[in-house]
Amino acid sequence: MDMKHVKDYIYWLYYQYLLITCSYVLEPWERSMFHTITVTVVAMVVYTAYVFVPIHICLALEFFSQIFGGQPESRV
Amino acid sequence: MANPSAVCNGHLHHHHHQKQNNLLKSGIYKKNGITKGAKKNGVSNGTLYKKTFIEHFEQAPMYVAVLTFLGFGVGTIFGYLRDFMRACGLEKRHIAAEREEQKDFVPLYQDFENFYTRNLYMRIRDNWNRPICSVPGPQFDLMERVTDDYNWTFRFTGRTIKNVINMGSYNYLGFAETDVNALKTVTRELQKYGTGVCSTRQEMGTLDKHVELEQLVAKFLGVEDAMVFGMGFATNSMNIPALVGKGCLILSDELNHTSLVLGARLSGATIRIFKHNNMQSLEKLLREAIIYGQPRSRRAWRKIIILVEGIYSMEGSIVRLPELVSLKKKYKAYLYLDEAHSIGAVGATGRGVVEYFGMSPDDVDVLMGTFTKSFGAAGGYIAGKKDLVDFLRTHSHSAVYATSMCPAVAEQIIRAMKCLMGLDGTTQGLQRVRQLGKNTRYFRRRLHEMGFIIYGNDDSPVVPLLLYMPGKIGAFARRMLQKNIGVVVVGFPATPITESRARFCVSAAHTREMLDTVLNALDELGDFLRLKYSRYSKSSHPELYEETRLELED
Repeated sequence: MDMKHVKDYIYWLYYQYLLITCSYVLEPWERSMFHTITVTVVAMVVYTAYVFVPIHICLALEFFSQIFGGQPESRV
Repeated sequence: MANPSAVCNGHLHHHHHQKQNNLLKSGIYKKNGITKGAKKNGVSNGTLYKKTFIEHFEQAPMYVAVLTFLGFGVGTIFGYLRDFMRACGLEKRHIAAEREEQKDFVPLYQDFENFYTRNLYMRIRDNWNRPICSVPGPQFDLMERVTDDYNWTFRFTGRTIKNVINMGSYNYLGFAETDVNALKTVTRELQKYGTGVCSTRQEMGTLDKHVELEQLVAKFLGVEDAMVFGMGFATNSMNIPALVGKGCLILSDELNHTSLVLGARLSGATIRIFKHNNMQSLEKLLREAIIYGQPRSRRAWRKIIILVEGIYSMEGSIVRLPELVSLKKKYKAYLYLDEAHSIGAVGATGRGVVEYFGMSPDDVDVLMGTFTKSFGAAGGYIAGKKDLVDFLRTHSHSAVYATSMCPAVAEQIIRAMKCLMGLDGTTQGLQRVRQLGKNTRYFRRRLHEMGFIIYGNDDSPVVPLLLYMPGKIGAFARRMLQKNIGVVVVGFPATPITESRARFCVSAAHTREMLDTVLNALDELGDFLRLKYSRYSKSSHPELYEETRLELED
């Protein structure tokens, strides 16, 4: 029973995605093409975020802490 | 019932019996003032309007517009892709193309202009042009059809889908019926006259039925004379050129129907557009027209005519007639009112927007309407002063050249109108008008409570429900048909590109059960498709809003 709920919910989410991006009106082969492109783009975004965001955040924190707190620790 | 336009001490005594038990509630109403999200008529014009005039044109949240454009963008990209494949020859072309021998000639078919039709409309085309095979009453039968090649061609399976609830036909008073008793006179006239008239009005096509009908229409509307035509569209497009010509000015509402636009263009007059139902915009145009005159010669305009409709069928809004008439009297312009959707549908006894606002039909110069919507027939009329109608009888293209109305259809209109006026001895007509009003208010109220965005005036039987995203247009219509409800969905270019909608036409023939079925289906579908965009859902305060109209006494 619970699996059915989950499956229905996931189908509903997929349906919303189809409606919002207007891929509901596309033919099946166009839909597969669109899904491939979308998944690729999203995967690339996620990968880039995973690789670059932590490093950027660390650098940013360092930069701001230099400005506000750490005059004594700047030039060693 | 007394003359509905009787005004006594500045108050209209329509709902006198309701005043007693509404006094307390009207106190709450006044304190609450404006219902959220509704545009109420400004207080400065409070003396012109005898009833509250509430129209809703709520804007959707911003993300909806963004997603709509995204959807159209995806559709356009795939459209370009498919066009490219068709041009390369990778895909078969289904659209019209010239013959091989003519490939070097000047192209006959402009390919790119049909981009939208080919690539977006075709994909969801199965929701339009659905053939029906019964009378378009509150329920009808549809012929089932399937497509094998994604809507380029259809084939009928031979089955019919029975008893689909009809929310799309303009059957406002329910006169599209097959009841034998109701159609007795029509059958008799059909057997007496046959079906064809085989002539135009000016030659041998004026039957005694037409004369009878014209006198009845004039009596119904309270004007001196009327003239009927065989086709409603032709009434507008062929008569406006007879009334105005070069050197005249036409001020036309932004959202006027194609028949009015076509008639205005055919006439050769100068056309200026004012914003939809916006009296300030109209006044500005009138002042400019009178101050500056014609464009180059600066002469005064020969005639200034304002073209408006009673109820706009895509918006469901009602024209602001009192302000319009006061403007027209101040600036001495003429008023042409197209009551296609409002005759029979609004007003206490179904006499249209003129009665709805409690005004006199003498205020409007040209009253035009159609019999297609509320009377279950076909054709149109123009009514007004006798001089005007006599002029049109000789000078209108439609009167001179078009075949006149079929006598059986004329009899149907006569019987419907007599029923409305009470001349057949029953109160059925008045009951129908009241039932339509009740159905309209109930339907609109429930839809507002559920949280859909609905456009238009609270009293208009045309109810547009906004869908916005192109993907949802097809999904909505198909799922409603699966639930056995037939709806009309409209998208670009009939509406602005971001505002595609589903348009419901409430009918007096709908029973409460049918409306409840439709409303429950809409509720379910609204949750499933996420259509409930309204931020001002009324369901939290049910006691402050009720079905009957309230009178604000100024």
